[in-house]
Amino acid sequence: MSKGILYDATLCIDCKLCERACAEKHGLPYNEAIAAEEKQSAHKLTVVMDKGDKYMRRLCMNCQDPTCASVCPVAALRKTAEGPVTYDASRCIGCRYCMLACPFSVPKYQWNTALPLVQKCDMCADRVAQGLPTACAAACPTGATKFGDRDALIAEAQDRIAKNPEQYVHHIYGLTEVGGTSVLLLSSVPFEEFGYPVHVDNQPLPMLTWHVLSELPQVVTFGAALLGGIWWITSRRQAVAAAEAKSGD
Amino acid sequence: MATFRWTFWKVVLAFVLLAGAVATVLRFSEGLGATTNLSDAFPWGLWIGFDVMCGVMLAAGGFTLTATVYIFNLKKFKPIVRPTVLTAFLGYLLVVIALLFDLGRGYRIWHPLVMWNPRSVMFEVAWCVTLYTMVLALEFAPIIFERLRLEKLLRIQRAISIPLVIAGVMLSTLHQSSLGSLYLIVPGKLHPFWYTPLLPLLFFVSAICVGLAMTIFESSMSARHFGKQLEMPLLIRLGRALLVGLIVYSVLRFQDVFDRGALKLITRGGWESGLFLLEIAMGLVAPIVLLIFPKVRESSGGLYISSVLVVLGFVTNRMNVAITGMEASAGVHYFPKWTELAVTASIIGAGFGIFAAAVKYLPIFVAEEAHPASAERREPELAVLSHARL
Repeated sequence: MSKGILYDATLCIDCKLCERACAEKHGLPYNEAIAAEEKQSAHKLTVVMDKGDKYMRRLCMNCQDPTCASVCPVAALRKTAEGPVTYDASRCIGCRYCMLACPFSVPKYQWNTALPLVQKCDMCADRVAQGLPTACAAACPTGATKFGDRDALIAEAQDRIAKNPEQYVHHIYGLTEVGGTSVLLLSSVPFEEFGYPVHVDNQPLPMLTWHVLSELPQVVTFGAALLGGIWWITSRRQAVAAAEAKSGD
Repeated sequence: MATFRWTFWKVVLAFVLLAGAVATVLRFSEGLGATTNLSDAFPWGLWIGFDVMCGVMLAAGGFTLTATVYIFNLKKFKPIVRPTVLTAFLGYLLVVIALLFDLGRGYRIWHPLVMWNPRSVMFEVAWCVTLYTMVLALEFAPIIFERLRLEKLLRIQRAISIPLVIAGVMLSTLHQSSLGSLYLIVPGKLHPFWYTPLLPLLFFVSAICVGLAMTIFESSMSARHFGKQLEMPLLIRLGRALLVGLIVYSVLRFQDVFDRGALKLITRGGWESGLFLLEIAMGLVAPIVLLIFPKVRESSGGLYISSVLVVLGFVTNRMNVAITGMEASAGVHYFPKWTELAVTASIIGAGFGIFAAAVKYLPIFVAEEAHPASAERREPELAVLSHARL
């Protein structure tokens, strides 16, 4: 069963315990200065943003068909059956194509080290594999971040919107975006106000490159045969011309 | 041998290489953050946009010309095969060097060869660069073999030369187009002037145009510096082919921006519109207008200016795709740091330096096959030439 995270911004109190739990889980430093940073970075994999009394989390969406996993030339990024999109640092060459390609601009880079790696939320893949909730969900005191089966979370989100229609934007962000994501968001303010792209395709982006890449074997076979044929004709014509020139002498 | 003398360009080259050396030390000791203006918001900059994207494009003469000479059998163009193959080979080597600067962990550059992900365009690019660099090395090898008089190796190379050329053309086709395919994955990030499902096709057609333009350009440059150049009738034919290529590209490009409704965005003005217009004016409109006049097309000066415009126009195009078009969605303005510029300038400088050295010490510009071993299998060139029309 595919797992997911439901973040309901209307329940969030900006306590940032999810940020702290995430840093501890991933062995990253956490202090007041880092808590004040409003941006995801290589040392801050999730962030709670605020606009007045409205809050919104940012974390890796852990897409159902992840763009990052499709573009990675060394398959360092992978979608697991349980839901998390994991990163194998030992494969990474540091090309940053995942950063460019991610529709949510999630992967971040260790810019200030000589041998940098990419960093991103991996939805606590090791905890999830053991049947545990993610560190952020376990730490959340209000239930704003909830871990569970993705299908059950979708049903619950729909239920919450139906019961309090005036309280929510009538959209579960992540239900259909780029073919769906393991992380689902509910909010009372439009998602674009917190920088979430709202004009993303509902089809998984990897199809955009795959429909070109999958044609390449045909292109190569056909092209090579065509070039070989042209060469055969032109060289044959040349041989005939040479023979004619000789007999004409 | 003449004693070494400092000329203006040698001083410039020395200065550039010195700055590049300093930048290199900084890059590998301090990391990318300290030596580039790249950031999480803008992860690809000059080294990908210029060194890789343009480097590969400028090397396109290699496959265009080997196909012309060996597959289409237009043997008249043989004298320029060597300089263009050399340019392509150097171009690819320098692209690999630029990648070693840009990759966070360049020492793992071989990983895509053993850790596969066939769904990735970058994976395909990695394989194409590797294989095509090897093909180019083999295509260039006879020049070294000739110099060292290695008859047996020469014969082996000749035996596989046609499959080698076909492999080179196919790899280039894949590779030139897949540099465009790289950006198919960012529909929400790349500006509509440049994002189109046609990116792979546009990159491929423009690579052929640039390949032809570079061949004209190189011939003019070598005329100036080495006193060796193509005969005018050949250059004129290249110019005519370039004109056809540019018109084909223009039709594709204009129809595409028009159909997607992107053309009307020009009226909004701004940075993107300016650079879009510059790319179109310099790479398409100006050279097409020039080349349409037979008087221009048939003069070496006119051909030279047209080819320079085409090269600069398409360099602008690649930089627009990689940099200009990505800025708005990233919300940042990117301009390279001096270290990035110094590395790029050094790589270009090294390219020119190695090319000049190769021309001096290897038989690059040869009027015809001077090699005695080839005499008995010399093709009846004159007979076929009368039929040949480009």
